[in-house]
Amino acid sequence: MSANKPVSVNAELSYQKAPDGSIVVFLKGILNSDTITYFYKELTNLLKIEIPRKLTFNCKDITYCDTIGVSLFIKAAELARQNNYGYEITNLDKKYTQLLNLFHPDTQEAVGEVTIKETFIERPGEDSLILLADIKENITFIGQATIALLLSLLNPRKVRWKDVLVTSEKVGVNAFGIIALVNFLVGLVISFQSAIPLEKYGGTIFVADLLVLSTFRELGPLMTAIVVNGRSGSAFAAEIGTMKVNEEVDALTTMGLDPIKFLVVPKIIASLIMIPILTVFGNLFALIGGLVVMITLGFPPVAYLNEIVSAASYVDFLGGLFKSVFFAVIIAGVGCLEGLKTQKGPAAVGDSTTSAVVRGIILIILFDGIFGVLFYYLGI
Amino acid sequence: MEDKMEDREVIISVKNFTAAYGANVIIDNISFDVYKGEIFVILGGSGCGKSTVLKHMIGLYPPASGQIIIEGEDITAVEDEKKIGILKKIGVSYQSGALFGSMTALENIMLPMEEFTNITTDMRKLIAKMKLEIVGLKGSENKLPSELSGGMIKRVALARAMALDPEILFLDEPSAGLDPITSAELDQLIINLAKNLHITFVIVTHELASIYTIADRVIMLDKKVKKIVATGNPQYLRDNSKDPWVRQFFNREAEVQTAN
Repeated sequence: MSANKPVSVNAELSYQKAPDGSIVVFLKGILNSDTITYFYKELTNLLKIEIPRKLTFNCKDITYCDTIGVSLFIKAAELARQNNYGYEITNLDKKYTQLLNLFHPDTQEAVGEVTIKETFIERPGEDSLILLADIKENITFIGQATIALLLSLLNPRKVRWKDVLVTSEKVGVNAFGIIALVNFLVGLVISFQSAIPLEKYGGTIFVADLLVLSTFRELGPLMTAIVVNGRSGSAFAAEIGTMKVNEEVDALTTMGLDPIKFLVVPKIIASLIMIPILTVFGNLFALIGGLVVMITLGFPPVAYLNEIVSAASYVDFLGGLFKSVFFAVIIAGVGCLEGLKTQKGPAAVGDSTTSAVVRGIILIILFDGIFGVLFYYLGI
Repeated sequence: MEDKMEDREVIISVKNFTAAYGANVIIDNISFDVYKGEIFVILGGSGCGKSTVLKHMIGLYPPASGQIIIEGEDITAVEDEKKIGILKKIGVSYQSGALFGSMTALENIMLPMEEFTNITTDMRKLIAKMKLEIVGLKGSENKLPSELSGGMIKRVALARAMALDPEILFLDEPSAGLDPITSAELDQLIINLAKNLHITFVIVTHELASIYTIADRVIMLDKKVKKIVATGNPQYLRDNSKDPWVRQFFNREAEVQTAN
């Protein structure tokens, strides 16, 4: 029966049954985290066979017992109460009794394990309420941010330009490398992939047309926005979210400083400045990617350049830049809004960051589509 | 009282310990022993490196020089399995609680038991509930740390530190932010655990009332000299220390401007 007793540890449970149906259990040795499982299993095995009239622990030979060990007595008391039999502890050393007395015998029961069950009607109802509240919050934020931004632009001296510069460095300067790399590779891959089918028709030089139009109008602004969204939108959400968790946002409010003006406006301004600049560089590096392919295909750089100049117009270029301005607002706005919506706790910051990136990407692509349709009807 | 201590078993021995962040020396060559079953308090003014000493003693940071020996093993020199062996003997409760935000109070306490023992789930639950009861938080089992107040978080953190009934408990500012009653109850609990279970406590605290109640011995660190300026029983130091700064500290007086 003592099969699962830890070999190296001094612990033993034995018992005596009296004719009147009471059981005396002798505990010997150490009661701690190493032995508790052994004692507990032995005890439950014993009580499984028969329910005693009265259960008595004789603790004469216990050499050590800590709070984990004491849990055995509390468990036994609980079982005794459930099954309506007497229960007693004898010969327990005074110092362990003191320890046992720290606990109320109903410790086991006092559990507020409240599980609220939702019916299938409540759930969608609750979800739609949350959705509505979310939409309302978004609209409020857009309004507040727009007002704060306009007021700042009317009164530029009130803007925290130092924050704008710091954020600009983080959003723009530090992102330059990855923006250049991503756009270069996209330009390279697109040129290479389109060169293969175009070669069949003898129109390899039109790779330049395809690349410059798709880059200026779509891919340059889009790739740049998506990378910056992943880099900086998430950073905005995490920064503001952590401030929210640390009550720093509350501190701003009670100091009479509007968190939106203080935290959000500098980030939006910095993004508005840096993202179009990054887009210009992104376009340039995509074209360099194309150039590499064209050179390997045997075209002189001048031919590639002439083809680009004849294919694209300023309208294509500026149309793309115009979109990147909107993307900048989306990235900074969504990042900051999700940050401000952060609930309590470190997991909440993670949630905000995730939803900042996800919502940012969705909105960027959605607006890109809207602009695509708009430009088409406007004939741009 | 001091003499009696000398006969007791040394459980932690800090030898020629220097702590530095880069070139900035925080603690300069200090040595002290902690005896088994005593309540040992590290004191000092704000920013004197109390928490730094504590964090080095639990092996979080390597010291700039010196040894920290816990039950015969130098925690600064051991690695992997052996280090985990030492860490299992100690429990730490941090200044800010450091509860895992995604787990309920009960799950926070059950985590060390899940990882290091073979205790069955229902017993783990019971033991975790008992630990919560010890710190006076019965009924908060299923609350997330974000739903608990600052003082409650500290108490759950203490309960988690005690989860495995460690031999040594390191507490960083355990009673800061608790109300006087809870704070006094915590003191009684610490005394009870030290007396009955021979748990050794190493505590960093500022709370004078609590220090007089619980501390067997204190060491006092000073920011200026970066060394221990006083060792001994707090009541004795309050009345008999030759260092005026130490007396001020224990009598809660403002600093007197001296010539240097």
